[in-house]
Amino acid sequence: MTEAVNPLRKYLRKDSLPHFFCAGCGSAQVLNFFVQAAEAINLDFDNLVTIGGVGCTARIPVYLDTETLHGIHGRTLPWATGIKLHNPDLKVVIFAGDGDAAAIGGNHLIHAARRNLDVTMIMVNNLTYGMTGGQVGPTTLRNLKSTTTPYGNLEPSFDTCKLVIAAGGTFVARSSTFRPRMAITAIRKALQHKGFSFIEIISQCPTNFGRKAIGSGDPVAGVKWIEENSLTSKQASELPDDQLDDKFVLGTFVDISRPVFMGGSIFPREDQE
Amino acid sequence: MVEEEKRRRVLSGTHFMMGNFAVVEGALAAGCDFFAGYPITPANEISEQMAQRMAEVGGAFLQGEDELCSVYAVTGASLAGAKAMTATASAGYNYMQEGIEYAVAGEIPCVIVDVQRCRGENYATQADVMQARWGAAGDHEMVVLAPSSVQELFDFTVRAFNLAEKYRTPVIVLSETTIALMRENLVIPEPGQIEIVNRVRPTVPRDQFVPFAAEPDGVPPLPNFGDGYRILHSINPHDADGDIHWKPDVYQKLYERITNKITAHYDDIVKTESFYLDDAKIGLVAYGSESRPALEAVRVLRERGVKAGLLKLSTIWPVPEREIKALADQCYLLFAVEMNIGKYAAEIERVSNGACEVVRITKNLGMVHTTREILDDVEKKLGTPLQ
Repeated sequence: MTEAVNPLRKYLRKDSLPHFFCAGCGSAQVLNFFVQAAEAINLDFDNLVTIGGVGCTARIPVYLDTETLHGIHGRTLPWATGIKLHNPDLKVVIFAGDGDAAAIGGNHLIHAARRNLDVTMIMVNNLTYGMTGGQVGPTTLRNLKSTTTPYGNLEPSFDTCKLVIAAGGTFVARSSTFRPRMAITAIRKALQHKGFSFIEIISQCPTNFGRKAIGSGDPVAGVKWIEENSLTSKQASELPDDQLDDKFVLGTFVDISRPVFMGGSIFPREDQE
Repeated sequence: MVEEEKRRRVLSGTHFMMGNFAVVEGALAAGCDFFAGYPITPANEISEQMAQRMAEVGGAFLQGEDELCSVYAVTGASLAGAKAMTATASAGYNYMQEGIEYAVAGEIPCVIVDVQRCRGENYATQADVMQARWGAAGDHEMVVLAPSSVQELFDFTVRAFNLAEKYRTPVIVLSETTIALMRENLVIPEPGQIEIVNRVRPTVPRDQFVPFAAEPDGVPPLPNFGDGYRILHSINPHDADGDIHWKPDVYQKLYERITNKITAHYDDIVKTESFYLDDAKIGLVAYGSESRPALEAVRVLRERGVKAGLLKLSTIWPVPEREIKALADQCYLLFAVEMNIGKYAAEIERVSNGACEVVRITKNLGMVHTTREILDDVEKKLGTPLQ
């Protein structure tokens, strides 16, 4: 009798499972979404560099059978910039948490979008610093409790997609772990996009966000809470702005083309447009 | 390299050149094809010249959004196969410590130039000498070279690339405002006369390659991204396969190897120069620009019949312990000359370990010691005025 093997297992590093994510963590779902998207477009894993910084999301590429960089908080995009400027033929995909991308790495995010660096960044937004115990983050919604906002969060949350759009990102989309098909499609399109593609995936952290912020450590409750607070961009367009506060607007916001960044000493050729 | 490319890359001949430009030409001669930097005085000429020279040789130039971007872009480019460098000055060097730790722990060859300056002001100092060794977190060895002239800025930059490639480690060129902005004669040899070391890449196929396997003091081969080896590079403790584990023995094996690979190759890495030391009873020890007035002081002392000599440290980290200890055994008095509050002097005292007295000649006033200042301090100690 032969043992059944998940056909997508071939994309994961040998002997890397079981993974380290908590039961019900959205990051493991995003790992699954990514390999499904990669399978759909037959992505060349020999030519692929995946990067994670620090945090739970940053562990996603550790499981992928690719060239992988891991272990520095917030500096995923500088690494990617160096790699792409030296060898533009390499495909680079970044997995970053909300703290990694929007807080400590925020400046790099702005400038990678402005330059239209030809990489894909998947920001898994679990609205907290999950690995370090559930501290408030730049994307935590107002009034929610965390280990460092015991009386509720007083800061407005960051709309990272709006930031990337304003800075010049050329493919920007938001999805959630409640909507796998939408997330996989967005990742697939981002991988096929030439230029800076940024995908935010709203994700549940049952262990360190759910228990404190929404009163339940149940992953299903976490996913449902995300969906209850989500709107499609079409729905959102019919509502006044003040009713969109602390809501997750899902959809593809930008999908445009402009010349990609090649560094300051190499001038764009027509075939690189 | 085709001849035309070599000519563009290596400006063989005699030049009258600024120190910062000599760094650029040294890097190019060594094969540098990636540079990233962030504006900071007095290192700007390195970036400015690199922007032009990289375009001429088909390399990549990046002006990062900050020093963190620059140092990490350099490590990323290096893993993609580049010979990569960044340059900064003291305040920017603070930021780069993070990336330097990553380059040490991840064993990523790269060169970092720090043009030392006084806090916020572009005056000469050697105050970063300890930061260059200890700035990065975690257990590590650092390779730090201290040039003292425009010629040495060229030569030591070439050597920094070679050591970085050979030992898979970041190498620091610890420049100073003095020599960075100084113009002097520079002789650039013919390309064939410049020693070039390239990193060792694996020769076995992926299924036989163990990415971090090496002798306890060894350097594992490093493939480029895209070669198909699919390695996991992490600063986290990782085993020979590259898998992340927290196990004390895995951690110990890793940090012992990345420190041993430097210390075990002392003879190759540590370089000093001796002046008038054969019969010396009084030794001056100096590095960088301070070795210039120190050497002049030794010459004056010799003229006056004092058996003085100079040990000039070209590699300052790892500490040239054998050479310093031998000098301490030979002399009855050592003078530690440097441009800070007396930092490296503590190393000289530690290594001398009481074999002779060590006197500090230090100042940090934005200017190199004059020969007269050094002689005054020597006279004061000897108790006899020197004519």
